Amino acid sequence: MSIPAIAIQSLGFRYPGQGANQFEGLSLEVKDGERFGLFGPNGVGKTTLMNLMTGLLRYKEGSIRLLGHEIKDHPKSINRLFGFVPQDFAFYPELSPQENLSFYGAWYGLEPAQIRKESDEILEVLGLTSVKNNRLETFSGGMKRRINLAIGVLHRPRVLFLDEPTVGVDVQSRHAIIQYLKTLNEQGTTLIYTSHQLEEAEGLCEKIALMDEGRIIAHDRLDSLLEQHRQEGLEGLFLGLTGKRFRD
Amino acid sequence: MQILIATIIKDFRILLRDRIGLLMMFFMPVLLVIIITSVQNSTFELVNNNQITILVANRDQGPEGAHLVEAIGRIGMFHIQVADSTSSNTDIASRLHTSDALVAFIIPKQFSGTVQAKAKSIAQKALADSDSTNGSITDEPKPEDSLIMFYHPVMQESFRHSVEGALHSAVQVIQGEAIVKDLYSAVNSKSIPPDLEKEILFGQMPMSRIPVSRSGIQVVPNASQHNVPAWTIFAMFFVVVSLGSSMVREKNSGSFLRLKTMPASYLNALFSKQVVYVLVGFLQATVIFALGRLLFPHIGLPTLHLPGDLFGLALVTLACSWCAVSYAICVGVFSNTAEQANGFGAVSVLILAAIGGLLVPSFAMPAGFQPWLNISPLHWGLEAYYGLFLEDGKLKDVLPNILSLAGITIGIQLLTLYGLKKKNLI
Repeated sequence: MSIPAIAIQSLGFRYPGQGANQFEGLSLEVKDGERFGLFGPNGVGKTTLMNLMTGLLRYKEGSIRLLGHEIKDHPKSINRLFGFVPQDFAFYPELSPQENLSFYGAWYGLEPAQIRKESDEILEVLGLTSVKNNRLETFSGGMKRRINLAIGVLHRPRVLFLDEPTVGVDVQSRHAIIQYLKTLNEQGTTLIYTSHQLEEAEGLCEKIALMDEGRIIAHDRLDSLLEQHRQEGLEGLFLGLTGKRFRD
Repeated sequence: MQILIATIIKDFRILLRDRIGLLMMFFMPVLLVIIITSVQNSTFELVNNNQITILVANRDQGPEGAHLVEAIGRIGMFHIQVADSTSSNTDIASRLHTSDALVAFIIPKQFSGTVQAKAKSIAQKALADSDSTNGSITDEPKPEDSLIMFYHPVMQESFRHSVEGALHSAVQVIQGEAIVKDLYSAVNSKSIPPDLEKEILFGQMPMSRIPVSRSGIQVVPNASQHNVPAWTIFAMFFVVVSLGSSMVREKNSGSFLRLKTMPASYLNALFSKQVVYVLVGFLQATVIFALGRLLFPHIGLPTLHLPGDLFGLALVTLACSWCAVSYAICVGVFSNTAEQANGFGAVSVLILAAIGGLLVPSFAMPAGFQPWLNISPLHWGLEAYYGLFLEDGKLKDVLPNILSLAGITIGIQLLTLYGLKKKNLI
């Protein structure tokens, strides 16, 4: 049996100064090679959980293992195993795509020749080769989203965390991004994805977890959950399980 | 090492592409140094070369009043404007408001009488036996017989003291002359010869003014030698405004979030910023010193004479720049918003400049402030620069200052590390 990409057990976490725990006894497993989606209303803790899984937040109770490595014990050394595509643009707009990739490639520990090779490939797939030397501040939203993704996958991570990777982009860019993510997954990268684009999520994720009030309220294959709750789509399932009350 | 090189290249690229920011980084310090040096130079010239207009009303009918006016003129510090002696005190004072002069000096009606009476009394007592010298020499003059100096309130205290001192010395010459004349008459039973009188009045001992230097080369200090190094340090520390706020913006940006999820330490980013901005500070100082040497003579400012020990100058400049950059990074790490970094950074640099002796010379600061000098890195930088620029010292002469500056810098770096740990940034 292979080691899970992510294994969370009995996780307890609260922000400093916060009275109640954000998470208490939370457990979740994402298998290696899965396309996994994490969904829930705003403010239920999806981003917090993503930040805990990527080591941006530190926890004291419970355990989070990434490919078998306890995150809190190896805060830096295991970072090469995963990539992170945050919702905010995480690059330097004053630089070109090529310059950004060279910089982040060095931070991932890649050799200059490897950076050049991987950069050329990714920029080609994402349709950015012709503008690779232009400054990012002149780019459209869709192009910026694609370069945001390119930086996160430059080092060919085993696990890729994606926080709203297609927010605010046109259909063409969304299609390119989703197709590329599927290709990466076919090559062995585990995808851990969160989004409010439920239609897009349906096409990408094979397994999902629904969160509400700091808990996992449903976790299974998407088709099983739809069948179990007699819903035709993720939106119906989402509303059926979480209701219509605002959480934020 | 590859990470550090890549980060330095990235930081340089970003810096060089912000052309307006770069222009401000060099243009503003140059402007600051030129303006401050020009202002200080005009004050310096006002005291040393230019003459202060003084309004003199001589109400005395005797010879001593005229002698006093002549003695004041001989000082060389004043341009005398004669006021109508029949004008009232109020009228003369009111002319200061119309900016005719900064100072007015009124010689009272009885001035000759008072001076002569006092001189006669002193001469008599000096020639009598020693016991009779006890007690007061003569009665104090009545208030209406006093000399009066009106001054414009814009005159700073130190400047007013210089004017007062100059006027007092002129009065003393007149009094001394009167005493000698009386003594001469009493001893020789005839009037003092005019040549001797003139010699007493104006035959002052010459005094050479020699600035001390460690090398023995006499460089006469001027406004540029004083102000260019001082305000260059200030400009270097003002990097806190741009670098401090840029640190905060980066901390709150997505790129920082990504860096935190990467296998390398954020310390690489901080080290790179230090390398890049220390070089910028060094370049700022180089540009300012070059302008002081090459441009200042063409815009009517005194030439900046560079110290003999250029290696020492480079080392002091690097030490100042490193400290300034460390301080800016520390402010950036502890601030939560760019506004906090800008506000605290700018005001704190001004405070450090004040207690460091940039605004008021350290020797002129109140005794209570003296211990605080040592905590200001600007003080140590200034002392090191003055050691080189004003005293023409060598590196060994300013090494204690460089070491103190380095000590403060290391302290700031440790504080920054503590801040990074506390804020979970490393």
